[in-house]
Amino acid sequence: MIELANVTKCFNSGKPNQFTAVDNVTLNVQQGEITVFKGPSGSGKTSLLTMIGCMARPTSGRFFLRGVAAALPFNQDGGDVVEITSLPERFLNEIRRSTFGFVFQQFNLVKGISVLENVMLPAYPTGEGRGEFRSRAESLIEQFSVSRHAAKRVEQLSGGELQRVAIARALINNPSIIVADEPTAHLDSKLSQEFMEIAGRLKGEGKSVLIASHDPIVYDSPLIDAMVEMRDGMVIGSRSLR
Amino acid sequence: MILQPAILALLMIALLVSGMGLYAGYYGVRILRRWDQSSGSELQLELERRTYLISTIMSYILCFELMSLFLFIYTADDLHMLFTGAMCAAGSLAVNSFGYPALIVKIVNFLFAGVWLVVNQVDNRSYDYPLIRFKYKLLLVIIPLLVVETYLLSSYFGGVKADIITSCCGSLFSNEASSFSGDLAALPPVPMQIAFFSAMALTLLSGIYFYLSGKAGYLFSLFSAATFLVALSSILSFICLYFYELPTHHCPFCILQKEYSYIGYVLYATLFSGAVTGIAISLLMPFRSVVTLARIIPQIQRRLAMFTILCYISFTALVVWKMIFSALNL
Amino acid sequence: MKRSVERHLNILDFTLASLSRRKAKNLSLLAMYLLVIFILASLQFFVTALKREAATILQDAPDMVVQRLVAGRQDVVPQDYAAEIGKIRGVTSVTPRLWGYYYDSLNGANYTIMASDDVQPESASVGSGVAGVRNLAVGDLLPLMSYDKIPVMLDINSIFSSKSDLIAADLILVSREDFRQLFNFPANQATDLAVNVRNQEELATVASKIVALYPDSRPILKSEIRRTYQSIFDWRGGMTLIILASALLSFIIFAWDKATGLSAEERKEIGILKSIGWETSDVLLLKFWEGSAISLTAFLAGVVLAYGHVFFLSAPLFVQALKGWSVIYPEFHLVPVVDPYQLSVLFFLTVVPYTVATVIPCWRAATIDPDAAMRY
Repeated sequence: MIELANVTKCFNSGKPNQFTAVDNVTLNVQQGEITVFKGPSGSGKTSLLTMIGCMARPTSGRFFLRGVAAALPFNQDGGDVVEITSLPERFLNEIRRSTFGFVFQQFNLVKGISVLENVMLPAYPTGEGRGEFRSRAESLIEQFSVSRHAAKRVEQLSGGELQRVAIARALINNPSIIVADEPTAHLDSKLSQEFMEIAGRLKGEGKSVLIASHDPIVYDSPLIDAMVEMRDGMVIGSRSLR
Repeated sequence: MILQPAILALLMIALLVSGMGLYAGYYGVRILRRWDQSSGSELQLELERRTYLISTIMSYILCFELMSLFLFIYTADDLHMLFTGAMCAAGSLAVNSFGYPALIVKIVNFLFAGVWLVVNQVDNRSYDYPLIRFKYKLLLVIIPLLVVETYLLSSYFGGVKADIITSCCGSLFSNEASSFSGDLAALPPVPMQIAFFSAMALTLLSGIYFYLSGKAGYLFSLFSAATFLVALSSILSFICLYFYELPTHHCPFCILQKEYSYIGYVLYATLFSGAVTGIAISLLMPFRSVVTLARIIPQIQRRLAMFTILCYISFTALVVWKMIFSALNL
Repeated sequence: MKRSVERHLNILDFTLASLSRRKAKNLSLLAMYLLVIFILASLQFFVTALKREAATILQDAPDMVVQRLVAGRQDVVPQDYAAEIGKIRGVTSVTPRLWGYYYDSLNGANYTIMASDDVQPESASVGSGVAGVRNLAVGDLLPLMSYDKIPVMLDINSIFSSKSDLIAADLILVSREDFRQLFNFPANQATDLAVNVRNQEELATVASKIVALYPDSRPILKSEIRRTYQSIFDWRGGMTLIILASALLSFIIFAWDKATGLSAEERKEIGILKSIGWETSDVLLLKFWEGSAISLTAFLAGVVLAYGHVFFLSAPLFVQALKGWSVIYPEFHLVPVVDPYQLSVLFFLTVVPYTVATVIPCWRAATIDPDAAMRY
């Protein structure tokens, strides 16, 4: 479903402080699985995820995505597979919006607006009618048992609740891939367990889940299907656990 | 020069518009020279981001050009009482030789900015920026015109002086004899009516044909540009006569006044918008063969054609309605 | 089409919510903006209203006024000029006018004194302004000191007001006899001649005939007076505007600074928006709506306040600077005039520079990396 071929990401290229965050990575991610990217901080997990999640373009290499062609107003050769590397930002964005849902380490919820609005936020620029995505947001927070906080501001919520709101927000545009960057870093063990259960549930609904983590609760979880180990921007091990 | 808030506003807008244009042009040149689609380098990313800024600037320029075009006419109209013999904007603009050129360049700039935005819109729909060079070359054509407009406008306003009482004498120096009452040199009404209606008919027919078959785009575009000019002369020649219900008043500006319930704004808005989209069609024609635009351009062109047709039909409908119900019979 | 409208509505909705969340920052911007618009709008309303007043006065003015020049200075006109001018073809009436200014040492005011055939000797009609300063009522006596130091006692017949305070305020109408006595005015002479002409097209011809007949005469046409008034008011308005330009400029710099100096909080928020799927153009749209909301609020509020300031409170901030007439106009009510033209000029002077100043800062904010949110 996701195919990376010799993908490299450089920052400040050509300058003395040049820094290679992701170095020549070739990788395949399967649909409908939980894939964990394991490695110490600074190993390039996050940079790799930003590229997979169409947030940033690789400096070199090629990157293919299957099943997103519907989001684009044009046809590339190759039917359902889209080569992402050279797409302008607005199309990357279109793909990201329709295909990916993101859960961040800091949850990244917008302060000062209500829980419900936070969940609806990714749907605003899609041009969908407000009524439609509002009812979807309501059922999502219901599903994650935070609907009694719907009108509260996010500052008033506890860590576990924040996490569930963040997951609900990731799901609002009905994405097929969920990307989570260190989702358990700020959670205690119980809540981390709960996160993995939710991840398993999403997998059960046919979604693919990509998690970057160095938390044993995540990478030792029986729910995960594949593991990619990274160090210094390179993949040092990639295996299927099935 | 006459110090008046409206004139200061117009000069300020002209300066801001050409300033923004020059800024956009600087980055346009950078894009033309450094653009490398296949590169994922930071320079390329930065240039791609600049394109957003340039599109935004051009949208504002279009918007300011349109609004200041009407403000300019209105101000010229407001100034007429400062000049002996000037009855309305037509007279004020003729006070020195920069008035009409400034107006014409303003209209041209509006058309250009509109066409540029259409091209930009098309380019943004494809993933490999197929029109990037074309559109930034076009930008480099527009920017000198914006500067010329600023020059003409400031020369016009810099050169006007009110005919006021001087300490030594009164009326003898006010040369009331050379009256400029808006009787612009107008073409005879009947041949112009024939020309106007046949041009409109040809444009509409070729437009419908183009809409249905996708063929003869250049022809339609040519017709809509020609009809734009014919319609402008027709406003001078006979259309305004029906609105004023006066057989001799040929001024194209007075219809913008409250006395005629601002109908001129509707007339000019439909005509100008129709011209922008009509002209844009021919600029897009050469790119129909570009692979990544093959599906996009025909679809957009059809929409543009429909828009032009609708605008021109509304324009014609207004004219015909007025010709039937006007108290004037030519 | 529908999707694009929905997108605008959704983003607009979020914009308004965002604005209210950052009250402190936006209120200071709004206050500055409002102040600038208020001052410029007051100026604009005031000058336009004065132009209108002048036009109202001139409506009843004669087609042409004939003065006489002696050594390049205005002098009295012999009345036999009137008879001769009346014979010129096309002239319908010639009226010798007697008028002048009287300085009242009691309160330092200047009155306009005009002779009228409708006023009985030893009586006078006064304008509301004069009545106010001298505390007069109908039936009171108004003593004026003549040039021969003899007091002229005038009975107040009536106190008139007019649709324009400008005409009425400082005017005193007296009889021709009293006028001559008051100013020691030579008999058979007039201040100037009011000439009316049957056909307006012939005005210039009549004027040139008058000059041919009396080379020392100086005919002034009504249209010339109107033009002169207009340019004086325009000039005053323009000058004041240029003086105010520094205020406008400092506001623009302030706005630019506000737009550039995004707080860390705001920067983070835009980063979040971009990371969850907002595109650069969506954020640009957000910023556009933000600017529009602020501009529109400031514009409407500023214009409404200026309207009150000029037409209800009589523009206390400008009276001294712009009117520049005598002390007699403390209560000077302008007739309200507002038209779309004035408002659009105002819009151009304020909203356009604000918009331009914020284009680049907005774009910078909108191009924050989408992956920035991942790096916190």
